[in-house]
Amino acid sequence: MNLMSETWHWVVIVITAVNILACWWLIRWSSAQGDSSKGDNDTLDHVWDENLQERNQPLPRWWLILFYGTIIWGFGYLIAYPGMGNFAGTLGWSQEGQWQAEVDAVDDIYAEKYARLAALDWDDLVASDEAMLTASRLFAANCTTCHGSDGGGAVGFPSLRDSEWNWGSDYDSIQATIVNGRIGVMPPWGPALGGDQGVAEMVQYVLSLSGSDHDPAMAAKGQAKWTMCLACHGPDGKGNQALGAPDLTNNIWQYGGSEADLAHSIAIGRNGEMPAHKDLLSAEKIKLLSAYVGSLGDSDGS
Amino acid sequence: MNSQAYNDKVVRQFSIMTVVWGIVGMLVGVIIAAQLMWPALNFDLPWLSYARLRPLHTNAVIFAFGGSALMATAFYVVQRTCHARLFSDGLAAFVFWGWQLIIVAAAVTLPLGLTQGKEYAELIWPIDIAIALVWVAFAVVFFGTIAKRTVKHIYVANWFYGAFILTVALLHIVNSLAIPTSLTHSYPVYAGAVDAMVQWWYGHNAVGFFLTAGFLGMMYYFVPKQAERPIYSYRLSVVHFWALISIYMWAGPHHLHYSAVPDWAQSLGMVFSLILLAPSWGGMINGIMTLSGAWHKLRNDPILKFMIVSLSFYGMSTFEGPMMSIKTVNSLSHFTDWTIGHVHSGALGWVAMMTVGALYCLIPRLYGRTSMYSVKLIDIHFWTTTIGVVLYIAAMWIAGVMQGLMWRATNDDGTLTYTFIESLNATYPYYFVRLLGGVLVLGGMFIMAYNTWKTATDKGAVDNPVLEPSPAT
Repeated sequence: MNLMSETWHWVVIVITAVNILACWWLIRWSSAQGDSSKGDNDTLDHVWDENLQERNQPLPRWWLILFYGTIIWGFGYLIAYPGMGNFAGTLGWSQEGQWQAEVDAVDDIYAEKYARLAALDWDDLVASDEAMLTASRLFAANCTTCHGSDGGGAVGFPSLRDSEWNWGSDYDSIQATIVNGRIGVMPPWGPALGGDQGVAEMVQYVLSLSGSDHDPAMAAKGQAKWTMCLACHGPDGKGNQALGAPDLTNNIWQYGGSEADLAHSIAIGRNGEMPAHKDLLSAEKIKLLSAYVGSLGDSDGS
Repeated sequence: MNSQAYNDKVVRQFSIMTVVWGIVGMLVGVIIAAQLMWPALNFDLPWLSYARLRPLHTNAVIFAFGGSALMATAFYVVQRTCHARLFSDGLAAFVFWGWQLIIVAAAVTLPLGLTQGKEYAELIWPIDIAIALVWVAFAVVFFGTIAKRTVKHIYVANWFYGAFILTVALLHIVNSLAIPTSLTHSYPVYAGAVDAMVQWWYGHNAVGFFLTAGFLGMMYYFVPKQAERPIYSYRLSVVHFWALISIYMWAGPHHLHYSAVPDWAQSLGMVFSLILLAPSWGGMINGIMTLSGAWHKLRNDPILKFMIVSLSFYGMSTFEGPMMSIKTVNSLSHFTDWTIGHVHSGALGWVAMMTVGALYCLIPRLYGRTSMYSVKLIDIHFWTTTIGVVLYIAAMWIAGVMQGLMWRATNDDGTLTYTFIESLNATYPYYFVRLLGGVLVLGGMFIMAYNTWKTATDKGAVDNPVLEPSPAT
């Protein structure tokens, strides 16, 4: 594809060539001027600021060779590689082409291995040392930035080692999570709950769900407004994996379990995104990763 | 007899502020180097976070320290080599106070998180406009003085200062073009890959003209002055001047290898960067060979030692730069601390050491003395700086190459061997050595501040008379 018009194509070629050839001419002209200074202290007859003077020694030979050499090399490179406007270069090199060639070379080596492993069913995959070693490395390179080196998560990023699975703990659900990503939205409820007081009461009720320390009187007031919450978190607060609504009864808190954290989650809301990886990783690698992630926590498998 | 005196007041002001901003800028550098070792040192305060202090560090050392040094020496040199007082004292004072105000504005806005997000051009649009105004005034004073010179020939140092002043005006104005949306926010007029191209055309030429051409101007006056030897080769200065300023203009895209910038632009950036090697070295040859016949002076003149080591670092980093612009090398070095090492071998090794050498040469002359208060302290400063810079860049070289190799290492199943965090972990010892190097360089600046204080308060300020041109000129 030509990126620029014929005019710009020639503008690029001409100013590139003129600039480089002008340097060539400059050093040719200058070295043809002859040796005008004879001895070590033979200076030109200008003097500035009492004692500033100039000699006029010839251009060092090794330096000239270096200069000519880089110019010749430069033209050679611009013939072989893209550079002169739309001219693609005789080697047909492009950065996309180089990237594709490297990817293809790697795929050639490992395609068989990944195809063989991805053909295994979930239980055999988890049992395969070879598959789990590779999957653990894929996890290290692709998942640890958010989920931690051990899969333990961080505030805002779920732990993959515990018993809570926002979007389902079976291997197929985990695979779907990795392939298409997930967006978990907790809407802001501050105004609907009647401001800070209403939020504080709901925080106490939520704490009570997991048997945490709470103020029973406030919790009772919060419970009265639970109808706002039950569409997602269910009548008993057990959550709903179809919506990614977390279980509130197990004392596992993705965004922190302090009163302040819970008040933030309820009043202002949360917006969690697991990015889709279908364009980043091959289907085979995602299958390996799904098995690995499932094996990390209290997954119920299959 | 010419009864006029040079305007040395503005030179004194800029010289003192060079030392002050050098300490401030390098102190911020030491703080962020320590934060990389111990992240808790940001004290959970947004104003002290690495992301806000890092641009403060770069702006302070380049534009406050380097800029004040360039303005001090440009005003000093252009008067001496034109045998004329500055074109306008009022405008010169405007340049000084304007530039200081801009620096203070930068030191306030950057920690507040007000930024354009363009590297080395972070300052928000009202400050950008102030920079443009002060810069035009700087150009008027400089070229006005050239115009009223009482000698026929324009000395080589002024070619480089002139190219630096004109080009930086062009770079700054074109790269900063933006549409304001509020007093503190704006959008650049360029979009996408074009914005990236303009930014790195600016960014690399800020290196080429601010940090190279400007300091070559400094070198061309202070090296022959201090060595009391003539410049090695007039024709070499002609050739490398024109080659340097024309070739540098093209080199920017080497910052954007393997990116959305088209292949042809990347290639031209790389080819011109490699052709740039010889023109860059022309300045080094001319500087070092100026000492031929006076090599013995290196034994006991620490100012010359600063200058020669500076030129050596210049030669080294102008070799390293073209090498790093090669796509294959860049694919290893990009995003690693190798780049940081490269920048500091230029900024500390070349720019700072040349600045310090030049200041030690001119400060006594501004205060009626023939030399600094203590030559011994200059020598100590020389060694702390040299050891500090070597520690710094060696640590960053090793760290950078190690990071590049770790990031691309693969296992026998094609997966990456190391996670990013492992490469960070492996870098800690080098971060410590880098911090140590930075502390040494900063320590040297405190020695310089003391020496400058004692020199300046000895006899007080003296304005030197404008010299009659030598008859031969």
